Amino acid sequence: MAETASASREVVYCGVCTLPPEYCEYGGTTKKCQEWLEKANPALYERIWSAEALEAATASLSIEAKERAAKDAKKKAAKAEAAEQKQAEKLSSSVVTIKRIERNKRKYVTSVSGLEAFGLDLKKVAKDFGKKFATGSSVTKVPSGGEEIVVQGDVSDEIEEFLLEKYKEIPEDNIELVEDKKKKGAAAG
Amino acid sequence: MFKKDINPAPRQKLKSSIQRSLRANFVETYPLVTPFIDEIMPKKASLEQMKLPDRVSLYVQDGVPLFFQHDNDALLPHLRLVHRFPQCFPTIRIDRGAIRFVLSGATLMAPGLTSPGGRLPLPDAREGKETLGEGAPNEGADEEGRWSRELEKGEPVVVMAEGKEEACAVGVLVMGTKECKEKGKGPVIEEAHFLGDGLWKLNFD
Ligand SMILES: [Zn+2]
Repeated sequence: MAETASASREVVYCGVCTLPPEYCEYGGTTKKCQEWLEKANPALYERIWSAEALEAATASLSIEAKERAAKDAKKKAAKAEAAEQKQAEKLSSSVVTIKRIERNKRKYVTSVSGLEAFGLDLKKVAKDFGKKFATGSSVTKVPSGGEEIVVQGDVSDEIEEFLLEKYKEIPEDNIELVEDKKKKGAAAG
Repeated sequence: MFKKDINPAPRQKLKSSIQRSLRANFVETYPLVTPFIDEIMPKKASLEQMKLPDRVSLYVQDGVPLFFQHDNDALLPHLRLVHRFPQCFPTIRIDRGAIRFVLSGATLMAPGLTSPGGRLPLPDAREGKETLGEGAPNEGADEEGRWSRELEKGEPVVVMAEGKEEACAVGVLVMGTKECKEKGKGPVIEEAHFLGDGLWKLNFD
Protein backbone atom coordinates (compact mmCIF):
# COMPACT_ATOMS: atom_id res chain seq x y z
CA MET A 1 0.00 0.00 0.00
CA ALA A 2 1.50 3.35 -1.05
CA GLU A 3 2.21 5.65 1.87
CA THR A 4 1.43 8.83 -0.02
CA ALA A 5 -1.83 7.96 -1.75
CA SER A 6 -5.02 8.63 0.12
CA ALA A 7 -6.62 5.46 1.40
CA SER A 8 -9.89 7.19 2.19
CA ARG A 9 -12.86 6.18 0.07
CA GLU A 10 -15.17 8.85 -1.29
CA VAL A 11 -18.73 7.80 -0.70
CA VAL A 12 -21.60 9.40 -2.59
CA TYR A 13 -24.42 10.53 -0.31
CA CYS A 14 -27.96 11.22 -1.41
CA GLY A 15 -28.64 14.89 -1.99
CA VAL A 16 -32.16 14.45 -0.65
CA CYS A 17 -32.10 12.12 2.36
CA THR A 18 -28.28 12.21 3.02
CA LEU A 19 -27.93 8.40 3.22
CA PRO A 20 -25.80 6.35 0.85
CA PRO A 21 -28.19 6.03 -2.15
CA GLU A 22 -28.45 2.28 -1.74
CA TYR A 23 -30.34 3.01 1.50
CA CYS A 24 -32.74 5.61 0.03
CA GLU A 25 -35.49 2.98 -0.04
CA TYR A 26 -35.69 3.24 3.75
CA GLY A 27 -35.88 7.01 4.02
CA GLY A 28 -39.48 7.79 3.11
CA THR A 29 -38.49 10.20 0.32
CA THR A 30 -37.60 7.46 -2.13
CA LYS A 31 -39.25 9.09 -5.15
CA LYS A 32 -37.37 12.35 -4.73
CA CYS A 33 -34.16 10.47 -3.98
CA GLN A 34 -34.50 8.54 -7.21
CA GLU A 35 -35.06 11.69 -9.24
CA TRP A 36 -32.01 13.25 -7.68
CA LEU A 37 -29.75 10.26 -8.24
CA GLU A 38 -30.85 9.78 -11.83
CA LYS A 39 -29.59 13.27 -12.58
CA ALA A 40 -26.61 13.40 -10.26
CA ASN A 41 -25.17 9.95 -10.88
CA PRO A 42 -26.82 7.94 -13.66
CA ALA A 43 -24.41 5.01 -13.34
CA LEU A 44 -25.14 4.57 -9.66
CA TYR A 45 -28.84 5.04 -10.35
CA GLU A 46 -28.74 2.19 -12.82
CA ARG A 47 -26.88 -0.02 -10.37
CA ILE A 48 -29.39 0.52 -7.60
CA TRP A 49 -32.71 0.98 -9.33
CA SER A 50 -32.52 -1.10 -12.51
CA ALA A 51 -35.08 -3.90 -12.78
CA GLU A 52 -32.41 -6.58 -12.32
CA ALA A 53 -31.03 -4.92 -9.23
CA LEU A 54 -34.46 -4.64 -7.71
CA GLU A 55 -35.28 -8.23 -8.44
CA ALA A 56 -32.05 -9.44 -6.89
CA ALA A 57 -32.78 -7.27 -3.90
CA THR A 58 -36.13 -8.80 -3.12
CA ALA A 59 -35.46 -12.38 -4.22
CA SER A 60 -34.37 -13.46 -0.77
CA LEU A 61 -37.40 -12.08 1.04
CA SER A 62 -40.53 -14.10 1.61
CA ILE A 63 -43.75 -12.86 0.00
CA GLU A 64 -45.09 -11.90 3.37
CA ALA A 65 -41.97 -9.94 4.22
CA LYS A 66 -42.14 -8.17 0.86
CA GLU A 67 -45.71 -7.15 1.49
CA ARG A 68 -44.90 -5.90 4.93
CA ALA A 69 -41.93 -3.93 3.62
CA ALA A 70 -44.05 -2.40 0.85
CA LYS A 71 -46.74 -1.39 3.30
CA ASP A 72 -44.14 0.05 5.61
CA ALA A 73 -42.55 2.05 2.81
CA LYS A 74 -45.92 3.43 1.77
CA LYS A 75 -46.71 4.52 5.30
CA LYS A 76 -43.33 6.18 5.63
CA ALA A 77 -43.72 8.01 2.33
CA ALA A 78 -47.17 9.28 3.29
CA LYS A 79 -45.82 10.48 6.61
CA ALA A 80 -42.88 12.24 5.00
CA GLU A 81 -45.16 13.91 2.50
CA ALA A 82 -47.55 15.10 5.19
CA ALA A 83 -44.67 16.47 7.24
CA GLU A 84 -43.28 18.24 4.21
CA GLN A 85 -46.61 19.81 3.41
CA LYS A 86 -47.12 20.92 6.95
CA GLN A 87 -43.68 22.48 6.99
CA ALA A 88 -44.36 24.27 3.70
CA GLU A 89 -47.63 25.63 5.06
CA LYS A 90 -45.97 26.74 8.23
CA LEU A 91 -43.27 28.54 6.30
CA SER A 92 -45.63 30.30 3.95
CA SER A 93 -47.60 31.67 6.87
CA SER A 94 -44.58 32.66 8.95
CA VAL A 95 -43.59 36.28 8.96
CA VAL A 96 -40.33 37.92 9.88
CA THR A 97 -40.99 41.31 11.38
CA ILE A 98 -38.32 44.00 11.23
CA LYS A 99 -39.34 46.82 13.50
CA ARG A 100 -37.78 50.25 13.81
CA ILE A 101 -38.14 51.41 17.37
CA GLU A 102 -37.47 54.95 18.54
CA ARG A 103 -35.76 54.79 21.90
CA ASN A 104 -34.99 58.47 22.45
CA LYS A 105 -35.19 61.43 20.19
CA ARG A 106 -33.53 60.28 16.97
CA LYS A 107 -32.10 57.20 18.69
CA TYR A 108 -33.27 53.94 17.20
CA VAL A 109 -32.96 50.21 17.65
CA THR A 110 -34.20 47.61 15.21
CA SER A 111 -35.85 44.42 16.37
CA VAL A 112 -36.18 41.31 14.22
CA SER A 113 -38.62 38.61 15.20
CA GLY A 114 -39.94 35.42 13.60
CA LEU A 115 -36.66 34.06 12.26
CA GLU A 116 -36.88 30.86 14.27
CA ALA A 117 -39.83 29.72 12.14
CA PHE A 118 -37.39 29.40 9.27
CA GLY A 119 -35.10 27.18 11.26
CA LEU A 120 -32.49 29.86 11.87
CA ASP A 121 -30.32 29.94 14.94
CA LEU A 122 -31.02 33.35 16.48
CA LYS A 123 -27.69 33.60 18.25
CA LYS A 124 -25.84 32.95 15.03
CA VAL A 125 -27.91 35.42 13.04
CA ALA A 126 -27.48 38.06 15.76
CA LYS A 127 -23.74 37.61 15.51
CA ASP A 128 -23.92 37.95 11.74
CA PHE A 129 -25.88 41.18 12.09
CA GLY A 130 -23.36 42.55 14.54
CA LYS A 131 -20.50 41.80 12.21
CA LYS A 132 -22.24 42.97 9.08
CA PHE A 133 -23.41 46.29 10.48
CA ALA A 134 -20.58 46.81 12.96
CA THR A 135 -23.03 47.45 15.74
CA GLY A 136 -24.44 45.90 18.89
CA SER A 137 -26.72 42.97 18.23
CA SER A 138 -28.15 40.52 20.72
CA VAL A 139 -30.89 38.00 21.35
CA THR A 140 -33.43 39.11 23.95
CA LYS A 141 -36.50 37.54 25.45
CA VAL A 142 -39.85 39.08 24.63
CA PRO A 143 -42.65 39.35 27.20
CA SER A 144 -44.94 37.09 25.19
CA GLY A 145 -42.37 34.31 25.44
CA GLY A 146 -39.95 33.53 22.65
CA GLU A 147 -36.99 35.60 21.57
CA GLU A 148 -36.07 38.31 19.11
CA ILE A 149 -32.91 39.96 17.90
CA VAL A 150 -32.32 43.59 18.82
CA VAL A 151 -29.81 45.56 16.77
CA GLN A 152 -28.53 49.01 17.73
CA GLY A 153 -29.34 51.74 15.22
CA ASP A 154 -31.82 52.09 12.41
CA VAL A 155 -30.82 49.34 10.01
CA SER A 156 -34.24 48.03 8.97
CA ASP A 157 -33.69 48.27 5.22
CA GLU A 158 -30.19 46.88 5.43
CA ILE A 159 -31.41 43.94 7.48
CA GLU A 160 -34.11 43.15 4.99
CA GLU A 161 -31.61 43.21 2.17
CA PHE A 162 -29.15 41.07 4.13
CA LEU A 163 -31.81 38.49 5.03
CA LEU A 164 -32.98 38.19 1.45
CA GLU A 165 -29.47 37.73 0.23
CA LYS A 166 -28.14 35.37 2.84
CA TYR A 167 -31.17 33.35 3.92
CA LYS A 168 -32.90 32.42 0.71
CA GLU A 169 -35.39 30.27 2.59
CA ILE A 170 -37.27 33.41 3.65
CA PRO A 171 -39.52 34.62 0.82
CA GLU A 172 -39.57 38.38 0.29
CA ASP A 173 -43.32 38.51 0.87
CA ASN A 174 -42.85 37.06 4.31
CA ILE A 175 -40.79 39.94 5.61
CA GLU A 176 -42.59 42.96 6.96
CA LEU A 177 -41.13 46.25 8.00
CA VAL A 178 -42.90 48.16 10.71
CA GLU A 179 -42.21 51.25 12.72
CA ASP A 180 -42.76 51.74 16.37
CA LYS A 181 -42.75 55.44 17.22
CA LYS A 182 -43.34 57.07 20.52
CA LYS A 183 -46.32 58.71 18.92
CA LYS A 184 -48.21 56.10 16.94
CA GLY A 185 -47.08 56.58 13.35
CA ALA A 186 -47.92 54.91 10.09
CA ALA A 187 -46.24 51.59 9.45
CA ALA A 188 -43.68 51.68 6.71
CA GLY A 189 -43.16 48.93 4.23
CA MET B 1 -28.53 6.20 21.29
CA PHE B 2 -29.41 8.99 18.85
CA LYS B 3 -32.99 8.20 17.89
CA LYS B 4 -33.98 11.82 18.40
CA ASP B 5 -32.62 14.76 16.44
CA ILE B 6 -29.69 16.52 18.06
CA ASN B 7 -29.06 20.26 18.07
CA PRO B 8 -25.51 21.24 17.29
CA ALA B 9 -23.60 22.41 20.36
CA PRO B 10 -20.57 24.68 20.46
CA ARG B 11 -17.32 22.94 19.64
CA GLN B 12 -14.35 23.17 21.90
CA LYS B 13 -10.77 22.90 20.77
CA LEU B 14 -8.87 20.21 22.63
CA LYS B 15 -5.45 20.51 24.22
CA SER B 16 -2.84 18.68 22.21
CA SER B 17 -2.15 16.29 25.09
CA ILE B 18 -5.80 15.26 25.05
CA GLN B 19 -5.74 14.94 21.28
CA ARG B 20 -2.75 12.67 21.55
CA SER B 21 -4.36 10.44 24.13
CA LEU B 22 -7.57 10.17 22.10
CA ARG B 23 -5.54 9.21 19.09
CA ALA B 24 -3.70 6.55 21.06
CA ASN B 25 -6.97 5.30 22.52
CA PHE B 26 -8.54 5.07 19.07
CA VAL B 27 -5.61 3.10 17.63
CA GLU B 28 -5.61 0.81 20.63
CA THR B 29 -9.32 0.10 20.25
CA TYR B 30 -9.07 -0.37 16.49
CA PRO B 31 -5.54 -1.64 15.74
CA LEU B 32 -6.51 -2.01 12.09
CA VAL B 33 -6.50 1.79 11.72
CA THR B 34 -2.76 1.90 12.50
CA PRO B 35 -1.62 2.17 8.85
CA PHE B 36 -4.13 4.97 8.21
CA ILE B 37 -4.09 6.98 11.41
CA ASP B 38 -1.92 9.75 9.96
CA GLU B 39 -4.49 10.27 7.25
CA ILE B 40 -7.46 10.03 9.61
CA MET B 41 -5.92 12.32 12.22
CA PRO B 42 -3.10 14.35 10.65
CA LYS B 43 -0.72 15.61 13.31
CA LYS B 44 -1.30 19.26 12.41
CA ALA B 45 -5.07 19.09 12.30
CA SER B 46 -6.95 20.19 15.37
CA LEU B 47 -9.55 18.07 17.00
CA GLU B 48 -12.66 19.59 18.54
CA GLN B 49 -15.09 18.20 21.04
CA MET B 50 -18.84 18.68 20.85
CA LYS B 51 -20.85 17.73 23.91
CA LEU B 52 -24.06 15.99 22.94
CA PRO B 53 -27.03 15.03 25.13
CA ASP B 54 -26.86 11.99 27.42
CA ARG B 55 -23.16 12.42 28.24
CA VAL B 56 -21.92 11.71 24.75
CA SER B 57 -18.89 13.51 23.34
CA LEU B 58 -18.40 13.77 19.61
CA TYR B 59 -14.96 14.47 18.17
CA VAL B 60 -14.81 16.50 15.01
CA GLN B 61 -11.82 17.45 12.92
CA ASP B 62 -12.01 20.22 10.33
CA GLY B 63 -15.77 19.81 10.16
CA VAL B 64 -15.50 16.05 9.72
CA PRO B 65 -16.89 13.82 12.49
CA LEU B 66 -14.47 11.07 13.50
CA PHE B 67 -15.69 9.25 16.57
CA PHE B 68 -17.83 9.60 19.67
CA GLN B 69 -17.87 8.33 23.21
CA HIS B 70 -20.47 7.84 25.89
CA ASP B 71 -18.95 8.53 29.34
CA ASN B 72 -15.73 6.54 29.35
CA ASP B 73 -17.00 3.70 27.19
CA ALA B 74 -15.20 2.60 24.04
CA LEU B 75 -14.68 5.19 21.31
CA LEU B 76 -17.07 4.41 18.47
CA PRO B 77 -16.42 5.52 14.90
CA HIS B 78 -18.93 7.84 13.23
CA LEU B 79 -20.48 6.08 10.22
CA ARG B 80 -18.94 8.63 7.87
CA LEU B 81 -15.50 7.54 9.05
CA VAL B 82 -16.50 3.89 8.66
CA HIS B 83 -17.53 4.61 5.08
CA ARG B 84 -14.14 6.17 4.40
CA PHE B 85 -12.11 3.37 6.00
CA PRO B 86 -14.36 0.29 6.11
CA GLN B 87 -11.47 -2.17 6.31
CA CYS B 88 -10.48 -0.85 9.74
CA PHE B 89 -13.44 -2.01 11.79
CA PRO B 90 -14.66 -5.50 12.72
CA THR B 91 -17.99 -6.24 11.09
CA ILE B 92 -21.01 -8.45 11.24
CA ARG B 93 -23.74 -8.47 8.62
CA ILE B 94 -27.50 -8.42 8.92
CA ASP B 95 -29.88 -9.89 6.38
CA ARG B 96 -31.95 -7.66 4.16
CA GLY B 97 -35.09 -8.07 6.22
CA ALA B 98 -33.43 -6.64 9.33
CA ILE B 99 -32.24 -3.42 7.68
CA ARG B 100 -35.41 -1.42 8.14
CA PHE B 101 -35.58 -2.36 11.81
CA VAL B 102 -32.02 -1.33 12.47
CA LEU B 103 -32.57 1.95 10.59
CA SER B 104 -35.51 2.73 12.82
CA GLY B 105 -33.40 2.29 15.92
CA ALA B 106 -34.62 -1.13 16.99
CA THR B 107 -32.41 -3.54 18.94
CA LEU B 108 -30.50 -5.84 16.61
CA MET B 109 -31.64 -9.41 17.29
CA ALA B 110 -29.70 -12.61 16.63
CA PRO B 111 -31.97 -14.06 13.89
CA GLY B 112 -31.05 -11.14 11.61
CA LEU B 113 -27.47 -12.41 11.75
CA THR B 114 -27.90 -16.18 11.79
CA SER B 115 -30.23 -16.31 8.77
CA PRO B 116 -28.81 -17.09 5.31
CA GLY B 117 -28.42 -13.39 4.48
CA GLY B 118 -26.58 -12.63 7.72
CA ARG B 119 -22.87 -13.06 8.41
CA LEU B 120 -21.13 -13.89 11.64
CA PRO B 121 -17.38 -14.44 12.00
CA LEU B 122 -15.64 -17.49 10.66
CA PRO B 123 -12.29 -17.86 12.42
CA ASP B 124 -9.29 -18.29 10.14
CA ALA B 125 -11.25 -17.06 7.15
CA ARG B 126 -8.23 -14.96 6.28
CA GLU B 127 -5.51 -17.53 6.40
CA GLY B 128 -2.76 -16.75 3.91
CA LYS B 129 -3.85 -13.15 3.39
CA GLU B 130 -1.75 -10.05 3.96
CA THR B 131 -2.27 -7.46 6.64
CA LEU B 132 -3.52 -3.96 5.82
CA GLY B 133 -0.14 -2.52 6.66
CA GLU B 134 2.46 -2.07 9.32
CA GLY B 135 1.16 -2.45 12.86
CA ALA B 136 -2.19 -3.90 11.88
CA PRO B 137 -3.16 -7.35 13.09
CA ASN B 138 -3.90 -9.95 10.48
CA GLU B 139 -7.66 -9.94 10.57
CA GLY B 140 -10.46 -8.86 8.32
CA ALA B 141 -13.49 -10.05 6.44
CA ASP B 142 -13.48 -12.71 3.75
CA GLU B 143 -15.19 -12.26 0.38
CA GLU B 144 -18.44 -13.37 1.95
CA GLY B 145 -18.26 -10.76 4.67
CA ARG B 146 -17.33 -13.07 7.53
CA TRP B 147 -14.88 -11.59 10.03
CA SER B 148 -11.82 -13.74 10.73
CA ARG B 149 -12.13 -13.73 14.52
CA GLU B 150 -15.01 -14.27 16.94
CA LEU B 151 -15.98 -10.94 18.50
CA GLU B 152 -16.50 -10.68 22.24
CA LYS B 153 -19.36 -9.25 24.24
CA GLY B 154 -18.52 -5.58 24.88
CA GLU B 155 -16.54 -5.17 21.66
CA PRO B 156 -17.51 -2.37 19.27
CA VAL B 157 -18.66 -3.62 15.90
CA VAL B 158 -19.78 -2.21 12.56
CA VAL B 159 -22.99 -3.53 11.05
CA MET B 160 -22.98 -4.26 7.33
CA ALA B 161 -26.10 -5.28 5.43
CA GLU B 162 -26.97 -7.93 2.87
CA GLY B 163 -26.82 -6.55 -0.66
CA LYS B 164 -25.40 -3.21 0.46
CA GLU B 165 -21.89 -1.90 0.11
CA GLU B 166 -21.87 0.59 2.96
CA ALA B 167 -22.24 0.01 6.68
CA CYS B 168 -25.58 0.91 8.25
CA ALA B 169 -24.83 0.95 11.98
CA VAL B 170 -22.17 0.94 14.70
CA GLY B 171 -22.60 -0.36 18.20
CA VAL B 172 -21.31 -2.47 21.06
CA LEU B 173 -22.03 -6.20 21.20
CA VAL B 174 -24.16 -7.22 24.17
CA MET B 175 -23.67 -10.83 23.12
CA GLY B 176 -20.48 -12.39 21.74
CA THR B 177 -20.66 -13.66 18.16
CA LYS B 178 -19.94 -17.23 19.21
CA GLU B 179 -22.81 -17.19 21.66
CA CYS B 180 -24.99 -15.56 19.04
CA LYS B 181 -24.42 -18.52 16.71
CA GLU B 182 -25.08 -21.04 19.47
CA LYS B 183 -28.20 -19.42 20.88
CA GLY B 184 -29.66 -17.97 17.71
CA LYS B 185 -31.87 -15.59 19.63
CA GLY B 186 -31.79 -12.52 21.86
CA PRO B 187 -30.44 -8.98 21.51
CA VAL B 188 -27.00 -8.56 19.98
CA ILE B 189 -26.64 -4.78 19.77
CA GLU B 190 -28.92 -2.55 21.78
CA GLU B 191 -28.04 1.10 21.35
CA ALA B 192 -26.54 1.75 17.97
CA HIS B 193 -25.58 4.75 15.87
CA PHE B 194 -27.37 4.12 12.59
CA LEU B 195 -27.82 5.77 9.19
CA GLY B 196 -30.27 8.64 9.40
CA ASP B 197 -30.24 8.97 13.19
CA GLY B 198 -29.69 12.24 15.06
CA LEU B 199 -25.92 11.86 15.03
CA TRP B 200 -25.89 11.15 11.31
CA LYS B 201 -28.00 14.21 10.59
CA LEU B 202 -25.99 16.55 12.79
CA ASN B 203 -24.62 19.43 10.75
CA PHE B 204 -21.11 20.82 11.15
CA ASP B 205 -20.90 23.99 9.12
ZN1 LIG C 1 -32.03 9.41 -0.60
